[in-house]
Amino acid sequence: MAKTLGPVKRKFSPWDDPGAKPYIRFENVTKRFGDFTAVDDLSLDIYEREFFSLLGPSGCGKTTLMRMLAGFEEPTSGRILLDGKDLAGVPPYRRPVNMMFQSYALFPHMTVEGNIAFGLKQDGLPKPDIDARVKEMLKLVKLERFAQRKPHQLSGGQRQRVALARSLAKRPKVLLLDEPLGALDKKLREETQFELMDIQYELGLTFLIVTHDQEEAMTMSDRIAVMDLGKLVQVAPPAEIYELPNSRYVADFIGDINLIEGKIASAEGNRLRLACDGIGTSIEAEASGSGAAGETAWFAVRPEKVRISHDPPPEGTVNVLSGEVWDIGYLGDVSVYRVKLPNGAIVKSTLANVTRLVERPIGWDDKVYLTWPRDAGIVLTR
Amino acid sequence: MAEAAPAKGGPGWTRWLVVAVPYLWSLVFFLAPFFIILKISLSQTAIAMPPYLPVFDGLSTFWESVGELNFDNYVFLAEDSLYIRAYLSSLKIAAVSTLLLLLIGYPMAYSMARAPKSVRPMLVMLVILPFWTSFLIRVYAWIGILKPEGLITVFLQWLGIYGPEDQLRVFNTETAVYIGIVYSYLPFMVLPLYSALEKLDMTLLEAASDLGCPPVKSFWVITFPLSLPGVIAGSFLCFIPIVGEFVIPDLLGGSSTLMIGKTLWSEFFSNRDWPLSSAVAVILLALLVVPIVIFQNYQKRI
Repeated sequence: MAKTLGPVKRKFSPWDDPGAKPYIRFENVTKRFGDFTAVDDLSLDIYEREFFSLLGPSGCGKTTLMRMLAGFEEPTSGRILLDGKDLAGVPPYRRPVNMMFQSYALFPHMTVEGNIAFGLKQDGLPKPDIDARVKEMLKLVKLERFAQRKPHQLSGGQRQRVALARSLAKRPKVLLLDEPLGALDKKLREETQFELMDIQYELGLTFLIVTHDQEEAMTMSDRIAVMDLGKLVQVAPPAEIYELPNSRYVADFIGDINLIEGKIASAEGNRLRLACDGIGTSIEAEASGSGAAGETAWFAVRPEKVRISHDPPPEGTVNVLSGEVWDIGYLGDVSVYRVKLPNGAIVKSTLANVTRLVERPIGWDDKVYLTWPRDAGIVLTR
Repeated sequence: MAEAAPAKGGPGWTRWLVVAVPYLWSLVFFLAPFFIILKISLSQTAIAMPPYLPVFDGLSTFWESVGELNFDNYVFLAEDSLYIRAYLSSLKIAAVSTLLLLLIGYPMAYSMARAPKSVRPMLVMLVILPFWTSFLIRVYAWIGILKPEGLITVFLQWLGIYGPEDQLRVFNTETAVYIGIVYSYLPFMVLPLYSALEKLDMTLLEAASDLGCPPVKSFWVITFPLSLPGVIAGSFLCFIPIVGEFVIPDLLGGSSTLMIGKTLWSEFFSNRDWPLSSAVAVILLALLVVPIVIFQNYQKRI
């Protein structure tokens, strides 16, 4: 049924289309609890069929934002619109959104079947329809054999599936997922991530997911919003968040990064030179728009883009640092080298382990050279 | 399989000892008096010391004595409608009181469980506070409140609702018994209800609301079913002792209230008919075993 739905996922980017109508809209939303501002004058558009992640450390306001959409909290000021309609004053039980709770919140006195049917019963659907939908949901989450079990007779992974089935049973326009995979182990989590993506795509739903797990957000999302202190720091597709972070906060929060502080020495055309007194050299980079000469800035480069080698690079190579291997982290697929520069700063470089060697050519205390091309990193001014 | 079994001797043996001591204690001090009562209930009244026959005194006359035991007292209980009415009246009073206690106790426990965490211990303390005074004194205090020239009458006269000749006609009625019972047993209802309601995960109610269930309905489909263990525990904790209640009907109910505990007391002390009152007690125990068995079965199902 599902294959005809929607555009091909890869080309899905309604946020770039100025004519696209947002499905969920947060308009200058603020939420205060006493003195504490959980969400601070936040505006955000989410589009139909989008898989949208709210990512941030605990206490950044991401859960509050989601709970306001579900109706468990009312904004102190601002508006929340769903499909153009203001949700102010609409109680949770009248909102066309459903939520999958972090703790799953399964009803302990009901069977798996009873849990899934609960929402449908509230709508007063005829019994045969409810039974059919429950069956369909059980099949979707592969729990047909467990229909008569109570939640306490299920494993964590199975409970998580019941919670998902229950929240999907009513075919909500928007599904909210609060740290949905937090309680699962890594293997199961990865599997479930792809299953969630398939379900979302097949049913053509809008997913809003709250997580503090950046890998989870990167894998599943069409767009990620990185939050801090009740504000959005950056909203962009995963690749953009990773390769073009707009601040040190985002760069540091997502993945691993080397941050080197300096002063912008010159900015001509698309070339920028950063004088880094700390490491006693200057860094050549591509200008990223903001930042004028004399300003303090940070050069950010991902470890996998830093090449490590025993041999000195040829004359005239830009961006060369030398140091000693201080630490090696062997992760199987890659090795992480922490190289100590003469001034004591640490720069990380990762190398894919493409050959089957037990003894890696670069060892502890080796003198090595680190290089990267001009376009490998990004200059951040905040 | 063999590795999974507990090691011989050591831990297994001491564990059994720990379990056995309290069980033996209860067994001896419950069963021994019970069998004595059972035996007396099968004896006959006599003007003697003790006031019944036969008395087991030595092995030589044991079988002779056993032959003298019979069910006359039970037959008498069945034939005299007074006892049947007393049993039924006790069961009715206990059932109605338990229902009243639930109706009053549930909202109390519910609001306690929903109160801010910081004030909950104080609320629990307030529920327990009456226990600091003797039960008997508290029931006596109700006499002072309910009697015709008591506090309520004085208050209503002072308000002008009652004329100087009017008096409250509650003392020595069944209503007074209900008031006394509900007052005295309220903590036994509230505390189990509170502990069941306090454990309730609030996100379950959010989940119900999220799935389209309005608050009043979610009380009946989520909160109430999940508090059932507390409802049942509280009900049994109240119902069983109320059936055998003696002090409250005696002090507040006067002669018009028929309760089996009072009947038993007067048979024992006023009529000195130990065998008959023992039979009354044995029947009472048998009656109360039924709800306990139901309760046990329910607990097993949970």
